[in-house]
Amino acid sequence: MMRLPRFDYRVARKVRDAVKIMADNGPDAMFVAGGTDLYPNMKRRQVTPKTVISVARIKELNEVRGDGATGMIIGASVSLSQICEHPVINRDYPVVAAAARTISTPILRNMGTIGGNLLLDTRCNYYDQNYEWRRAINFCMKKDGEICWVAPSSPKCWAVQSSDLAPVMVALGARFKLVSTLGDRVVDAEGIYNNDGIDYLKKRADELLTEIHLPPAGSARAIYKKLRRRGSFDFPVLGVAASLDLADDGSIKNARLILGGVAPSPVRVNDAEQSLIGNSLDDDHIREAAEACYLRARPLDNTDFVMGWRKQMARPFVIRALEELRAE
Amino acid sequence: MAGRKNQKVQIQFILNGEQAEVAFAPHKTLLEVLREDLQLTGTKHGCELGECGVCTVLIDGQPILSCLALGLDAEGREVTTVEGMATAEGLHPLQETFADLGAAQCGYCTPGFLLTAKELLEKNPAPNRDEIKEALSGNLCRCTGYIKIYEAVELAAARMRGEQAEPARESIYGIE
Amino acid sequence: MALNNGNGKPRRVVGKPFRKVDARAKCTGETRFADDITLPRQLYAKLLRAPVPHALIKSIDVSKAQKLKGVVAIITGKDMPIPYGILPVSQDEHALCIDRVRFVGDPVAAVAAIDEDTAFEAMNLIEVDYEPLEQIASIEEALRVSEPRIHEYGIEGNIHKKVSLEFGDVEEGFAEADLVREDVFFYEGNTHLPLEQHAALAHFDADEKLTLWSATQTPHYVHRALAKVLGIAASHIRVIATPNGGGFGGKSDPFNHEVVVSKLAMLTRRPVKVTLTREEVFYCHRGRHPVLMWIKTGVKRDGAITAMHFRSILDGGAYGSYGVASTFYTGALQTVTYNVPRYKFEGLRLFTNKPPCGPKRGHGTPQPRFALEAHLDKIAEQLGLDPVDIRRNHLAPAYSVTANYLRIGSMGLGQCIDKLVEASGWKEKFGKLPYGRGVGFACSSYICGAGLPIYWNSMPHSGVQLRLDRQGGVCVQCGSIDIGQGSDSILAYIVAEVLGIDPFDIRVITADTDLTPVDLGSYSSRVTLMTGNAALQAAERARELLTIAASEKLGAPIENISFAERRVFDVENPETGVSFAEAVVLAESKFGTIGTVGSYTPPRSPGRFKGAGVGPSPAYSYSAAVAEVDVDAETGIVIVDRIWIAHDIGQSINPTLVMGQVEGGVYMGLGEALMEEMAYRGNRNVVHKFPSMLEYKSPTTLEMCDVKTILVEDPDPNGPFGAKEVGQGPLLPVPPAVVNAIYDAVGIRIDEVPATPEKVLAALKSKAQGKEGRYGPLGVPAVDWPEPSRVPTPAEGGDGKEIPPLAAHVKD
Repeated sequence: MMRLPRFDYRVARKVRDAVKIMADNGPDAMFVAGGTDLYPNMKRRQVTPKTVISVARIKELNEVRGDGATGMIIGASVSLSQICEHPVINRDYPVVAAAARTISTPILRNMGTIGGNLLLDTRCNYYDQNYEWRRAINFCMKKDGEICWVAPSSPKCWAVQSSDLAPVMVALGARFKLVSTLGDRVVDAEGIYNNDGIDYLKKRADELLTEIHLPPAGSARAIYKKLRRRGSFDFPVLGVAASLDLADDGSIKNARLILGGVAPSPVRVNDAEQSLIGNSLDDDHIREAAEACYLRARPLDNTDFVMGWRKQMARPFVIRALEELRAE
Repeated sequence: MAGRKNQKVQIQFILNGEQAEVAFAPHKTLLEVLREDLQLTGTKHGCELGECGVCTVLIDGQPILSCLALGLDAEGREVTTVEGMATAEGLHPLQETFADLGAAQCGYCTPGFLLTAKELLEKNPAPNRDEIKEALSGNLCRCTGYIKIYEAVELAAARMRGEQAEPARESIYGIE
Repeated sequence: MALNNGNGKPRRVVGKPFRKVDARAKCTGETRFADDITLPRQLYAKLLRAPVPHALIKSIDVSKAQKLKGVVAIITGKDMPIPYGILPVSQDEHALCIDRVRFVGDPVAAVAAIDEDTAFEAMNLIEVDYEPLEQIASIEEALRVSEPRIHEYGIEGNIHKKVSLEFGDVEEGFAEADLVREDVFFYEGNTHLPLEQHAALAHFDADEKLTLWSATQTPHYVHRALAKVLGIAASHIRVIATPNGGGFGGKSDPFNHEVVVSKLAMLTRRPVKVTLTREEVFYCHRGRHPVLMWIKTGVKRDGAITAMHFRSILDGGAYGSYGVASTFYTGALQTVTYNVPRYKFEGLRLFTNKPPCGPKRGHGTPQPRFALEAHLDKIAEQLGLDPVDIRRNHLAPAYSVTANYLRIGSMGLGQCIDKLVEASGWKEKFGKLPYGRGVGFACSSYICGAGLPIYWNSMPHSGVQLRLDRQGGVCVQCGSIDIGQGSDSILAYIVAEVLGIDPFDIRVITADTDLTPVDLGSYSSRVTLMTGNAALQAAERARELLTIAASEKLGAPIENISFAERRVFDVENPETGVSFAEAVVLAESKFGTIGTVGSYTPPRSPGRFKGAGVGPSPAYSYSAAVAEVDVDAETGIVIVDRIWIAHDIGQSINPTLVMGQVEGGVYMGLGEALMEEMAYRGNRNVVHKFPSMLEYKSPTTLEMCDVKTILVEDPDPNGPFGAKEVGQGPLLPVPPAVVNAIYDAVGIRIDEVPATPEKVLAALKSKAQGKEGRYGPLGVPAVDWPEPSRVPTPAEGGDGKEIPPLAAHVKD
């Protein structure tokens, strides 16, 4: 049986306790909420924290406040199942609930949290392996080794951003509240992700994600499309999050197009956005945006499916996403 | 509830409707505590990484994977395993229909399916086939092709609604 | 036709949907699987496995591990120097590698410690020094690299086995044909993925007797392997197979960990348990061989086959396992569905540095069946025939002997096809659905038990012992092991039918080498037919004793005594009778303790040539399937909406269980058709690409298609009550039906499974560019095939023997 290494387990009841324990224990400590990302990684010895601080039972992190008119604040420990079922989220931010419903399985969504999904460790099938397996390839750059086997000449790690909610949050312009003993800050979702499989978050390890702030819903419409082998369990190997704000004349006032699952961070495709803004959402502009996304999608051989096909899928997935938005 | 590394910790919780107390090494998962410290081996394991659904139990009525929950997290909560489904009055209707319809072949994934289905029927007493598929999509089975499982859930649901339901002829003899 | 049908009385159990005798225990958590058993003072074992694919072991240093607190014993290969293997011709495995490792995952040392954490820690303190050898990662490399050899035995280089058989003159057949077509196919390897990871617990008691509980499909063969390797008398070893949490063929070999815990238990005098991780289960493998195939068929204008030539090249992985049998199986069953008057088969198995392949559901036959059925689809199109008609019009006749000397009994394939065409709406759909939707058709057949045992002997393949006690209790004992298919229940149903009692009155004890007569195991779809016949014989013998005693007591003639509803009575005066329990008392008073035995040995097959041992069976089951698919031409993603399948079961002993096997077989075939594959990184030490449940893709509820099943009952005289197999056959037509449906949907041929979206899209693009709309292998490597053994067919008056080679040297 795969078992956890030994560690000290601390359950925090308040945010300030959680960050204090973290500050006291330094770099060998990690926060845990649902555990569905951290514990498998610990069992495979990808990470071996000496102290694990649970934030699952912190009351304030389990709250959902506000609505589409005011914007919403979602506590980071709210479970994915709650996100899927929350009436206000479903009414005012249906894309968030819809994307959450594509995450892993119904059972894992009862455990996994929104914060955990947004901060999900980057994934790679050279990395998400047992210690013994990784030893057989002499380890990789992300853990215990020197080289990135996906791109051996690369100085950086190419593990893949595999959260379904991350691209959606970037598309919606969400902001994240981070708390540490040094103080609080609120950052743009877009600004927290870093295009490096190891340092994939622009967030200090001692900072706790406490809240997700959704801006007022306004008139924008948004969609998320996920590519994966199976309708359950599987991480995205391509995610397309699109948000569009249309003027009364049907022209596009604002557009955001983000690709997930093809790089160490969500990829915002500015060229695609620019090709849409100011134009109508017709077939030509949709194809132009899809082409721009295709060019920016550079998946590598470290997830399910062959990489060439994953890249090709950017076109039809973006086209379908935008066509569905048009039909709304 | 802080666990020291090598010392056993003790928790109290409700296990299958009864007050329970158990001591274990603090890094053990609920799966290991149930199987090894409480001898409740009805909860199975297939990967211990959250990739198969075999170890599903209910915590406060919600299906969770016991391989990814710490034993410590059960403190003060209500845990239901397959051993807690039957009562002195008899089997749970789902256990009855799973057994009768051949929804349990090798039986290894069965406890997980039963508990997931139990929660489904508590939430939704009349699920349609698509809702059943969605609810059970986190439990893998390699024997049945799932079809007998759907039929068993549907039959149990009907009986739990008080209907005098019998298995469809097609599910036993096929189509003519 | 004389059937083993329990006197032709109206049946009260056989054919009825009784619950399985162990079903409730499986739904309450009471069933004890191997890892659920714990003994006092039990130690835990872990196996250290090689991180290199091919290397010599220079040294193993266990000193650091030995010093770890809690470590009780450490063993290495030299502690168990005797080799073993499932086939007598492939005794090429060691419990722990001695001087060489052959794949990433090959075990080299084992630790027993007070708990699993300690064993794990100690395992990683063992230092092994390896000297790397050139690795062989593929069929092409194995053919090219003759040194180093992965094994010192075999044909030459890394060729494990080569066979060549010719029945009749195929060239003559091709000359007679109106059309001769050749095609090349590839079937990727895949694995069983049982949800239960292998586990075993060994106990060496104070009397120096060994007991092993293990999740095995073949306790008898494990028993033999333990006796051989451990050097203790077989009579001092007891193997208890625990209910298997899924087998599918993956628990049919004797495994390293079973020998290791036994040895550790002997050394430590404490019980030792091992439970493999999921990754280790991938290393045990023994799954579907990747097979590259070439097929050439000659047909007349109406589709009648004049000759067939089939070649298969198998990537065997690092050990022999069942591989020699697998090789023959890839060439054996082509002839039992359609009439093939002349047939030639050439097969080759190679060693590579990957986990060993072996038997998975359908053992060696899904690959050639895929090739044959996709090939026939193309031939039908070329001849302008409906794919159904080309098959339906040329079925192999019932009760005939094929060109390769397989004796066909009952043959319900025609009925299967007719009902299937009707139910699926084939005629309204084929060629008529809108672009993107299509239907595909395929047939298949499978053995009902191998006609020959794995090791040569003339003893029964299955034995049943029945004990009746004066309280009316009936206990049936058999070496068979229930892997979920319901074999325990089959024993109870058959005995209950014969003795007129309820199946739940019967206590079933199985798979315990101390308590139960030998049954060879749950493989080759042999259990219902063979244990069923043995149980039938034992039950009929018991009934005879009770009949004599009851007849005396009731004063009724023997032929009037009937058994039903827990009573033994005079059929002419049904109220005159005794309870079943009273009948047992009468019989026990008259004859002494009532115990009977039954056994079953398959009929001798007509083939007498070398290689005739694989393929013969007491009976053959038949299946036909139609798949309806939806192909997204922009992505290549294929969704199988529904599969209709008709299966000739001979006679259902229990229709619910038959349905479950059909649906499960369709499910597993669907996974193989669409997504399952064992993939390795040849350029990275040949590591398995993703030995996990997450990345080895098996269908969830959301991928599983709707299944419409038709049961056809064409009783076979060799089956108990006419029953044939269902555990494996229904998988076989699924992959070809799916690719044939893809062709109907979008006009491309996917000649390789799994039919993944990138292959579909590549073929669509190729077609759009005006090239061949096909994805698949382009050819097969050149192989120096030996001169075939030539066997005249029965139609040519052959006697089943091969013609002595003309240039044979005279022996002195």
